[in-house]
Amino acid sequence: MSKIKFLLLGFIFGVILIKAEVISWFRIQEMFRFQAFQMYGIIGSAVMIGVISVFLIKKYKVKTIHGEEIKIAPKQFNKGNIIGGLIFGFGWAMTGACPGPLYALVGSGLLVIAVVLLSAIFGTWVYGCLRNKLPH
Amino acid sequence: MNILTQPWPWYVSGPLIGLMVPILLIMGNKTFGISSSLRHICAACIPGKVEFFKYDWKAESWNLIFALGIVLGGLVAGYFFANPNPIQISEATVTDLSSMGIKNYSGFVPTDIFSFDSLLTVKGFLLMVVGGFFVGFGTRYAGGCTSGHAIMGLSNLQLPSLIATICFFVGGLAMTWFILPWILSL
Repeated sequence: MSKIKFLLLGFIFGVILIKAEVISWFRIQEMFRFQAFQMYGIIGSAVMIGVISVFLIKKYKVKTIHGEEIKIAPKQFNKGNIIGGLIFGFGWAMTGACPGPLYALVGSGLLVIAVVLLSAIFGTWVYGCLRNKLPH
Repeated sequence: MNILTQPWPWYVSGPLIGLMVPILLIMGNKTFGISSSLRHICAACIPGKVEFFKYDWKAESWNLIFALGIVLGGLVAGYFFANPNPIQISEATVTDLSSMGIKNYSGFVPTDIFSFDSLLTVKGFLLMVVGGFFVGFGTRYAGGCTSGHAIMGLSNLQLPSLIATICFFVGGLAMTWFILPWILSL
């Protein structure tokens, strides 16, 4: 039951993704073609709010609702950030979606996007299988 | 009810997305990120003998529940708060894409290509199946996606996330400008 709040938060996030239109393949094309400001405004303002929030959480040592100290694991650099990043970039421009929008699109009734999502799951699985052979 | 059916401007939706970062941290020390859910699905359904999928995915089940929430949010917003008008795409983009053969601009995706009928065409297979594969393979290899790196990672001022985000864009630009025109011409 304690996890139901995450269902609600995911729900809200799904609604935001649809209303922000970031789930649109065309909006992603506008972004990569530098023909509209919308996506840059969304990502930029989201990051700005995120940076301020994390700064305030650290500065005032804000605790979780369970009274725990908030800890954010640092990201370790490896070559995957570059190679994997480029590969994801290809997929982002092809499908017009990153993982969050894939879920929202399936929900919105575009059932064919479930094929894209399954393929993404398969891609993750193949990465897991090849992980030791890939440069990191 | 206009506010629910109209699209939200970037200065409303962007900050709302950003607020997911502190809310998830405060709700239980969760770092915002979606692509991990793909790994948990693998770990839960098809772990095989792969070391990478042998971990306690149930301990991370909040992430799967969050993903299920996104599906439900998409369902409610897509059916009940649907914008009655087509998305206002910039004219320049419509001109460019039309010259590459895209005709239908009414939905979230170009339905001339993104449909079950075109799954078995070269174009449809490349964009949906291969594109989806790249999304899943690339995000895990990169250690995160737009939410985990571009939003969560940058919010925490992580250099690896900045590098990954730049690479997302470089990959997207290369695809859009050099490879996509060729795929659409197939």
